[in-house]
Amino acid sequence: MPDIKVTPLGAGQDVGRSCILVSIGGKNIMLDCGMHMGYNDDRRFPDFSYITQNGRLTEFLDCVIISHFHLDHCGALPYMSEMVGYDGPIYMTHPTKAICPILLEDFRKITVDKKGETNFFTSQMIKDCMKKVVPLNLHQTVQVDEELEIKAYYAGHVLGAAMVQIKVGSESVVYTGDYNMTPDRHLGAAWIDKCRPDLLISESTYATTIRDSKRCRERDFLKKVHETVERGGKVLIPVFALGRAQELCILLETFWERMNLKAPIYFSTGLTEKANHYYKLFITWTNQKIRKTFVQRNMFEFKHIKAFDRSYADNPGPMVVFATPGMLHAGQSLLIFKKWAGNEKNMVIMPGYCVQGTVGHKILNGQKKLEMEGRATLDVKLQVEYMSFSAHADAKGIMQLIRMAEPRNMLLVHGEAKKMEFLKDKIEQEFSISCYMPANGETTSIVTNPSVPVDISLNLLKREMALGGPLPDAKRPRTMHGTLIMKDNSLRLVSPEQALKELGLSEHQLRFTCRVQLHDPHSDNDTLGRIYTHLKSHSVNASPYGPI
Amino acid sequence: MKLYCLSGHPTLPCNVLKFKSTTIMLDCGLDTTAALYFLPLPLVHSPRLSKLPGWVSKDGAVNLEKELKECSGRVFVDSQPEFCLPEKELLDLSTIDVILISNYHCMMALPYITEHTGFTGTVYATEPTLQIGRLLMEELVTFMERVPKAQAATCWKNKEIQRLLPGPLKDAVDVWSWRKCYSVQEVNSALSKVQLVGYSQKVELFGAVQVTPLSSGYSLGSSNWIIQSHYEKVSYVSGSSLLTTHPQPMEQSSLKNSDVLILTGLTQIPTANPDGMLGEFCSNLAMTIRAGGNVLVPCYSSGVIYDLLECLYQFMDSANLGSTPFYFISPVANSSLEFSQIFAEWLCQNKQSKVYLPEPPFPHAELIQTNKLKHYPSIHGDFSSEFRQPCVVFTGHPSLRFGDVVHFMELWGKSSLNTIIFTEPDFSYLDALAPYQPLAMKCVYCPIDTRLNFHQVSKLLKDIQPLHVVCPEPYTQPPPAQPHRSDLMLELQPPPMAYRRCSVLGLPFRRRYERIHLLPELARSLVPSEIKAGVSVATVSAVLQSKDNKHVLQPVPKPAPVPPSKKRKRVTEEPPEVLNPKPLLSGAVPLEPFLAMLHKVQHTLSLRPNQSAQSACR
Repeated sequence: MPDIKVTPLGAGQDVGRSCILVSIGGKNIMLDCGMHMGYNDDRRFPDFSYITQNGRLTEFLDCVIISHFHLDHCGALPYMSEMVGYDGPIYMTHPTKAICPILLEDFRKITVDKKGETNFFTSQMIKDCMKKVVPLNLHQTVQVDEELEIKAYYAGHVLGAAMVQIKVGSESVVYTGDYNMTPDRHLGAAWIDKCRPDLLISESTYATTIRDSKRCRERDFLKKVHETVERGGKVLIPVFALGRAQELCILLETFWERMNLKAPIYFSTGLTEKANHYYKLFITWTNQKIRKTFVQRNMFEFKHIKAFDRSYADNPGPMVVFATPGMLHAGQSLLIFKKWAGNEKNMVIMPGYCVQGTVGHKILNGQKKLEMEGRATLDVKLQVEYMSFSAHADAKGIMQLIRMAEPRNMLLVHGEAKKMEFLKDKIEQEFSISCYMPANGETTSIVTNPSVPVDISLNLLKREMALGGPLPDAKRPRTMHGTLIMKDNSLRLVSPEQALKELGLSEHQLRFTCRVQLHDPHSDNDTLGRIYTHLKSHSVNASPYGPI
Repeated sequence: MKLYCLSGHPTLPCNVLKFKSTTIMLDCGLDTTAALYFLPLPLVHSPRLSKLPGWVSKDGAVNLEKELKECSGRVFVDSQPEFCLPEKELLDLSTIDVILISNYHCMMALPYITEHTGFTGTVYATEPTLQIGRLLMEELVTFMERVPKAQAATCWKNKEIQRLLPGPLKDAVDVWSWRKCYSVQEVNSALSKVQLVGYSQKVELFGAVQVTPLSSGYSLGSSNWIIQSHYEKVSYVSGSSLLTTHPQPMEQSSLKNSDVLILTGLTQIPTANPDGMLGEFCSNLAMTIRAGGNVLVPCYSSGVIYDLLECLYQFMDSANLGSTPFYFISPVANSSLEFSQIFAEWLCQNKQSKVYLPEPPFPHAELIQTNKLKHYPSIHGDFSSEFRQPCVVFTGHPSLRFGDVVHFMELWGKSSLNTIIFTEPDFSYLDALAPYQPLAMKCVYCPIDTRLNFHQVSKLLKDIQPLHVVCPEPYTQPPPAQPHRSDLMLELQPPPMAYRRCSVLGLPFRRRYERIHLLPELARSLVPSEIKAGVSVATVSAVLQSKDNKHVLQPVPKPAPVPPSKKRKRVTEEPPEVLNPKPLLSGAVPLEPFLAMLHKVQHTLSLRPNQSAQSACR
C-alpha cells in the first residue's frame, strides 16, 4: 500500500528549528532547516544524523524547501549544506533568497564574533550555500525531476513567505510553513486553492488562541506607546529586522503623523534602511493597498523613523526604539533592555512569540530577577507588555485553511504539545479526518489510496457516455465492459473487440446447442410449426444454425 | 480542432482555438497602423494643421472638405484616430471561454472584445503584462481624451466614396470595422476580468485542458503558452526573443513534442540587427547633441525604452553627454519607470541578483536620482518651465498621430539641427512622417526589434520538432520588398499551414485516447493474464462516472440485499442495470481439460429431472 511518511527532525510538538522530512512516492524532501533560539549547544540544530547514519544527505534527499527567512526555518541551512554536506537543490522564493543570507550572516556574527564560538559556519559557507538555491515564484509549478513537482502559495507571514505543495503522481502534501489568514498593514492573507492534498502539514503556534480583531490590538498598542511617551518614558520594541518591524513602523508612522507627535522613533542596526529597500523592491509581495499606491507614495519611506545610534539609549526624554533581535536573546535589543530595565517609567513591548529559554520568554512569564552572564542579576522594573502581532494563523485561521484545501489527513507541527492536542481533537471532530502530531524523530505514516490513471480509447468512452444519456444518473449506474491492455508500462482501456483486433487474436465463438427428443403423435410439419410459434412467443433468438 | 484567425497582422495576432470543448482566444492585438490615415492630434493649437484645405474630388462631384484634409500632398482624415479591430463576425465571440495574453503589446484590443461581445470568460495574463498593459491602455486613452474632436468622420468610409479617394485611403481595407479608442471605464472593466498567472503555472480549464505560460524573453512578463490535454499539445509562440535584454530568458525545452505550434510575432525588421541599431542610435544621438540640436525619440512607454536608457547610461559619460538633459514625457512615465523596478522575478539573472543586494535592477533609478533623466506627465505644467535645450526627449506615440510627440514634431521639424530617431518597428517611418513634410529635421531609422528572426526560428523549430506549424501568411514568402531573399521566410517540412485574416483552419489532429482513473478497489480486483511476452490483458467491468470532464471507473456496486420485511414495498429503488462481464474468448483451447470439464457439466445437467440434454461445443 503506498504511503506518505513524515518525520519531524525539529518543530515536532515544539516551536523552533523547523525541519520536517517527508517521503512521498519514493521521494524524500526536507521542509525547512531551522535553528532553535532557546539553545546554544548541539540541540540548536536539527539532528541530521537521523539521515546521515545511513549515508550522505545528497543521496537521501531529492530537495530541500525553505518556507521563509526566519532563522527558526532557515538558520541551520549553511550547517546542513556545507558542514554536514548537501549538494542538491534548495528551493525558496525570491525575497527569501534575498533576505535569508543577511539574517544568516547576522546570526553568525552574533554567535562567532560576540560569543566567540568556534566550529560554526563561515561567511563563505553562507555564500556557497546560497549558490545551491533555486528561486521559486508563486504558483509556478517546478519540476524537481520527472515525477516530483512543487508549487508555492502565498503565506502572508513575512515578506516572501510561502506554503508549498509537493506532488508525486496523484499523491500530494501541502506544507504551510508559518502563515497568516488575516491581511495586515503590509502583507496579504494566505491563500490556497482546493487542491485536496493527502496530507496538510500545518503550523500550530496559536493552536488554542482565537485573537480579537486586529484593529483592537493595534489601538491597544498605540495607546500603550502613547501613554508611556506622554509620561516621558522610553519604549523598547524588540523585533526581527524584517517582518513585524515594518508593519509596526507603518502603524507608528501614520499615528505620529495623525497625532502630530514629536518624540523620536528609532530603528536600531544598519539593516533597517536595507530592509525597507527590500520591501520597496519586492512590493509585489505586499498587500493590495500598498501595491496600488506605491507609485504615488511608497509606504516604506518613513519620515518619522530614524536610524538609531548606540549613544541615543542614554539620551533623556521619551523615545521609541525598535531593536533587534525580537526575543531579547542577544544583540542590541538586549543591551538596551539592560539599560532601561531598572526604570518603571519605561516599557518593553514584546510583539511576537518568544521561545523558551530566551530573556523575552522569561520576562513574559513574570520573572522579576534575571540572571545575567557573570553571575550578575538584573531587576526588571519596567513594564512588560505582550502584544501578539506575530503573523501566525490562530485556531480560527487554521480551520479556515483546512476548509480551503480540504486535506484527507492533517499533521500539526510548530506548536506546543498541549495546545496541539486540543486543536487535534477539534479538527478530528469538525472535519472527521485523522490528525497527527508526531514528536521529533517520530515517524507518522499515512496510507494513501491513489487511483490508477489509464488511457481509455475515445471511441469506447464516447459510446459509453452516449449510452448513459445526456445527463448521468447517479441512481442508476451502468456497467461498462472493456479490456485493459498492459504493455510497456502503458495501460490502455479499449473495447473487447478492439483489443482482440489489436493483439491479432481471433475470437472464439462459444455456442450451446441441445438436442431434444420429442414423442409427438402429430406430423413432423405440424410439430415444427407449433414449436416455432411457441418459441417465438418466448422471444428466444432462433439461431441461424438452428436445424430444428 | 479548429483555428479561427481574427487578425492577419503577424505581430498583433488574435486567433481562436477550439480544442476539446473549450474555446480559447490567443491574444487580442490591436492594429494601430490605421491611425496613420488620420491627421495628427496637436496638443497645442497648430496654425499649420488647422488651416489645411479640405478635399474635393477633381470634378467637384464629391465634397468631403469637412472630413478629409490635404496635407503635404496627401489626404488625411480629420477625425479622432481609429484602430483596426480583430474580426468580430467570424464566430460568436460570446462563446469564448478564456483569453490568453502573451505580452502587453498583444492585449490592446481587450476592451473591445470583453465589453461589447457578451464575453463572460476569464482573461489570463502575468502580473507585469497586466500592469504595463494597463499603463499603455491608460496612456492611449489619455492621449485621445486630452484633445477631444467634436466630430467623427464617417462619410468617407462609404464604399462608393472611398473608391473615388486618392492614394493610400482608397486602398484601406475593412474601414467599417475601425473603431475609436475605448474609455477608462472600459479599460477598468476589461482588466477586472484578468486572472494573474505565473510562469510554468498549470491552469486547468474545465478539467479538459491545461494551459501554461512560459517565459518568452521578449518583454517583462511576456509569455508563450502551452495548451494541452493528456494526449495533445498545442504550443502558441508569440513575440519571443533569444537576445539578452532585461526580461527573463526564453524557455524553450517545454515547447518540445508539440503536435501543433502556432508561430506568430517574429521580428518585423528581419534585416536589421538590434545590437547594430542600438549602436547607431547612440552615435546619432551624440552627434546631434554635439552639434547643438535636439533629439526626439518617439517610443512606447515601456519595453525597449528601458534598454535604451540602460545603453545611454553606459554611453553617456564616454560621449560627454553628462550634462545633457533627458526627458521622458508620458502620462504614465513615472509609473512605467517605477513598475519596471518591482518585477524582480520576471527579470534576467543579472538584474535579479542586483535586487538581492538590494539595489534597483534598472540603472534608470540612478539617472533619475542624479537628475539626468526627468519624467513629466505632459508638456504642460512643470515641463514647460524646466525644459532646457539641447536635449533628448522620449515620448509617444510612435505613430506620430497623437501624444506629446506631435508637439515636438511641430516645434523641431523646421530645423536641420534636430534629429528624430525611430526605434519602434511597428510603423513605417515614411508614413508616420507624411503629414509633417516637408521636414528639415534629420531623420534616422534604427528599428530595434528583438523578436526572433528567421534564422533563429528555424534553429528553434529544429530543436523542438513540432509535428505541424501554423503561421501567418507573410512568413511563408519572402518580404514583398525583397522577393529574392528566400532566407527571410519559413521553409519547413511539412510546409507550414498559413493563415490570413478570416481564415478558418482545421488542425491535423486525431484524438484517440482520454485519461480515465480506475479507483484503487477496482484496480485491485482486476485479474490480468499474460497474452504475449510483456503484454497482459484484463477484463474490466465497471461503472463510469464522468464529472467536470474527469472520468472515473468505480467497481460495480453489489445489488442491495432485498429487505426481509415485505410490508413496505417501494418500487422506486431499482437495482442497477448490471450486465454480466463478458469474457474475452481467445487463445488456444486446451482440449483435454476442456473435454473433462464438459463431461462434468454434462453430468450435472443430466442430473436434472425431466430433461435429457446434451451439450456440445462446435
